[in-house]
Amino acid sequence: MPEHQRPNPDSLLQSLRQQEEQEVKGKLKIFLGMCAGVGKTYDMLRAGHEAKAKGIEVVIGFVETHSRKETEALVGGLEAVPRKQIEYKGAVLEEMDLDAILARRPKLALVDELAHTNVEGSRHRKRYQDVLELIDQGIDVYTTVNVQHLESRADTVAQITGSIVRETIPDSVFEVADQVELVDLTPDELLKRLAEGKVYTPERSRRAIQNFFRKGNLTALREMALRLTAERVDKQLRQYMQGQRISGPWKSGERLLIHVDENPDSVRLIRWARRVAQTMNASWIALHVETSRRLGEPDKNQLAKSIKLARELGAEVISTADEDVVAALVRIANEQNVTQVLASKDWGHKAILQRLLTESGNLDLLLLGGKEETEGRTKRLQFPELHSGSSQYLLAAGVVIAVSSVCFFIQDLIGYQTVSLLLLFVVVLLPLRFGAGPVLLAAGLSALLYDFFFLPPLFTFVVRQADDVLMLGAFFIVAAVTGVLTARVRAREKAVRIREERATALFSLTKDLSGSRSQDEVVWAAVDNIRRFFNAETIMYLAQPDGDIFTKAHPQSNLQVDEKEFGVAAWVYWNEKRAGRFTDTLPFTSATYFPLSGPRYPLGVIGVRLPHNDFSLDQETLLENFVNQIASAVEREFLNEIAKRATILEESERLYKTLFDSVSHELRTPIAAIMSATETIMRNKCEKDNDVFAEIHTASERLNRLVENLLDMTRLESGLIKPKLDWCDVRDVVNAAVQKVSEEIGAHSIHVDIPEDFPLLKLDFGLMEQALVNLLYNAILYTPSDTTIHIHVHSSDERVFMNVEDNGPGFPKDSLKKLFDKFYRVPGSKTGGTGLGLSIAKGFVEAQKGIITAENRQEGGARFSIQLPLSAEPVSPTGVSSEQ
Amino acid sequence: MSNKPTILTIDDEVQIRRLLDMTLSSDGYRVISAETAEEGIRRGSTDRPDLIMLDLGLPDADGLSVLKRIREWSTVPIVILSVKSAESDIIECLNAGADDYLVKPFRSGELLARVRAALRHHTTTDVEKSFQVRDLVVDFTARIVKKSDALVHLTATEYSLLALFARNAGRVLTHQFILQNVWGPSYVEQTEYTRVYVGQLRKKIEDDPSKPNILLTESGIGYRLALE
Repeated sequence: MPEHQRPNPDSLLQSLRQQEEQEVKGKLKIFLGMCAGVGKTYDMLRAGHEAKAKGIEVVIGFVETHSRKETEALVGGLEAVPRKQIEYKGAVLEEMDLDAILARRPKLALVDELAHTNVEGSRHRKRYQDVLELIDQGIDVYTTVNVQHLESRADTVAQITGSIVRETIPDSVFEVADQVELVDLTPDELLKRLAEGKVYTPERSRRAIQNFFRKGNLTALREMALRLTAERVDKQLRQYMQGQRISGPWKSGERLLIHVDENPDSVRLIRWARRVAQTMNASWIALHVETSRRLGEPDKNQLAKSIKLARELGAEVISTADEDVVAALVRIANEQNVTQVLASKDWGHKAILQRLLTESGNLDLLLLGGKEETEGRTKRLQFPELHSGSSQYLLAAGVVIAVSSVCFFIQDLIGYQTVSLLLLFVVVLLPLRFGAGPVLLAAGLSALLYDFFFLPPLFTFVVRQADDVLMLGAFFIVAAVTGVLTARVRAREKAVRIREERATALFSLTKDLSGSRSQDEVVWAAVDNIRRFFNAETIMYLAQPDGDIFTKAHPQSNLQVDEKEFGVAAWVYWNEKRAGRFTDTLPFTSATYFPLSGPRYPLGVIGVRLPHNDFSLDQETLLENFVNQIASAVEREFLNEIAKRATILEESERLYKTLFDSVSHELRTPIAAIMSATETIMRNKCEKDNDVFAEIHTASERLNRLVENLLDMTRLESGLIKPKLDWCDVRDVVNAAVQKVSEEIGAHSIHVDIPEDFPLLKLDFGLMEQALVNLLYNAILYTPSDTTIHIHVHSSDERVFMNVEDNGPGFPKDSLKKLFDKFYRVPGSKTGGTGLGLSIAKGFVEAQKGIITAENRQEGGARFSIQLPLSAEPVSPTGVSSEQ
Repeated sequence: MSNKPTILTIDDEVQIRRLLDMTLSSDGYRVISAETAEEGIRRGSTDRPDLIMLDLGLPDADGLSVLKRIREWSTVPIVILSVKSAESDIIECLNAGADDYLVKPFRSGELLARVRAALRHHTTTDVEKSFQVRDLVVDFTARIVKKSDALVHLTATEYSLLALFARNAGRVLTHQFILQNVWGPSYVEQTEYTRVYVGQLRKKIEDDPSKPNILLTESGIGYRLALE
């Protein structure tokens, strides 16, 4: 029976499926061990081999064998992506080549040591970020990690083993994993392996056994690992039993709040809060209150680390400016509908906890127990800011000296007590202009000057009279206290002003954005506001209308960057994560790049070059808010564009259709007239004139066919064809087509072969009929006049084949490819025909999601084959089934 | 007036009007014509024709709206003239009350046959007792169907379907019309029902079910039971 060619739609379907798979994220499987040497890498490699045996494409991303023979044996046999060589401080180090793996696109990648920190110069700071990127791009990953490397467990491990863990991964990565396999080994077995030299070299083993690998440690670690895995299983079981729960920002209605500052104790608090939040299935907020107190570098770093940790562990980080931490806590708690506040007993001094107790009103308070020993941080007094410039000090001193000098000369007039009042007056006024430091200095200085120059005995620092002592003392205290108080008031004022400024910035931005009427205006608003409020330059990249990546920056940008930074922007676009300066990814650029995210695909990238060398938390929060607003505005304009274009398209389609209709009408009317007129005459006239009229009739039929073809072609080209797919009986369609060619058929005969009870097909009757008609015409035209044309319909393999076969000369070899081209006619064929018939047939068939092919039959002659997918049979119609 | 039925042709093309005039007159009809929809509607109400031929491509009004307007006050049979690619328009008009359609360029034989069928259907005021085409006989009162004098066994649905066709013989019936009348208004989307049942019916009443000459398919629109 007829052979069928390899259908094209299958390969199309396959590539579509592949695309779909890629859009789905890859799966992450973690091999968890209690410590080094339990065999995680070994198990991972074994799993890799198993996958390979199943036919999955596996590559080794990065495996560290530590010269262990058994592990090394497994590495062979798996394709390894070559490591990347990075130069660092004169040495050449090897890291996993993330880009090479991405380019390679395996189904599964094996990546060892998830907690590893990458060398400077790598795209991400940590290997787990590399793994996350692989997952995002649809590549499955197997990886290994020890229980000590989990953020939430690092503390405990440090307590158990005494050695501090340096490389950690956030718990969120652990949560994200689809599978966690525990590689378990009893401590005895591990010690045996160590002794056998299977883990480390004998030298190292001995030392290891003495320090880290003590049996007590191992047992505790093992328990931790087991418990971790069990917790995970328990959670999955709970989730399964409770069915699908929609996880939103307010999971259980509970909302927790903690305060984070530069104190290292915050870290303990953060980890504890996370555990509580998980147990309660609540969302939690980490609040940082910015006071006027300036932080030194180490404190700032500690604070930044704590904030980052909180964020990674899933907290919403909020920053606010306020002098009074407790008041700020309560305020934010109320604003954010917090139900419980968590604090550490070690927080600040006792008074602050007391205040929290009284001022928290109906908020619940949870206290974390204090640590055994404080970490040697001295409790500092709440000193006001002492950072005025030296010029301020000099100026303040100068004023005091000036006033004192004046008083010195007139002291006889006014008396030394009055002088004291005058000086006090001056010192009290100083805080209006100077900071607390200079004021304190002025107070001290004025006291000294007063004592030396005015208090008897003059020109000595000795004070005779008791009340003078009192006065001096009072003088100094009043001056100092006033100065400090005023400074504090000013600082508080400043904090409020900062908050107000932030709100104003956001307001200004949203006002400008909502007033924008086009994409250009949105960009201008964004660039302008960022310049005004951050004093930073901005570069904006917006996606192409079809969703593809941008090729150049928006002209309204006021920042120029080089190729390398463009590459970073491109990375941000595809991965929808921020990168650049101040981030962990590709940090050596001049600007920080944020993705502008839309619902289906990214809208673009915004790069901001900040003027200073630091990026404070609340600046970051504000900029994030800015970016969100800008993204919304860009999306809005984008959708506007789409809507506008759709309207224009609709309009032009309508115009086109009107034009088409009128042209079609114009052409068909005279033809109709000719045909009908001749028909009528032929019926009524006598025989001998009939030949002449027959000629006219035939000619007009041809003309009609030509017009139909041209109109059909036009319809196809302009996309006006909207196939109406409906259930049709194939036999009907074939018969209709055969009927239509009954005039042209001449001496040919048509034989139709359709199996009984052939199922209904979903197709457009008119289009399919016309396609068949065109194929039949073609067969009639090119085959000798007394041959038979066969129409064959059969189904196999979920496809339906409608074949039109003849016994003519067949197609010339080199014409086969061009057969369905417009206006193509086989060279040497007789005149009569536009060369449009086959291309129209192809267009009509493809509009119904089918394909059409042409080939020469083995037995000689040509075969056209229309293939359609066989859709599911419609539900059997119901009717009253009793016999009538 | 004479006994000849009057046909009103509404078409903006003078050639078509002349053509229709020639063809219809030669078959014994009296023909009056109108150039625009307004004129057509006016003459339709004043001259009371027995049949209206309505072109869908009129300049001053959309054919469907003219059809609806006429149908508001008259049940006069209307045959619409259209072009091949306007199938959806044709179906719409048929469902809105048109009796039949013709596609330009049309054969005069077809034109006359459809006019005849439309008139016949309209003028038969008493309920027909039976219907015959070729060797197929449908007896409505006894609910019996015979082919070449042999009794044909039909299911109730098949009979209803055939009876519907027989009562509208010669006229095209849209899928929607068939579904509505045989199965009910909620079935108007299930065109596969009509296909399957027509297929089954053909097997029972046609000489050669694969080349039907009684129950004919009108491509994309519906079916028609032949009158001869």
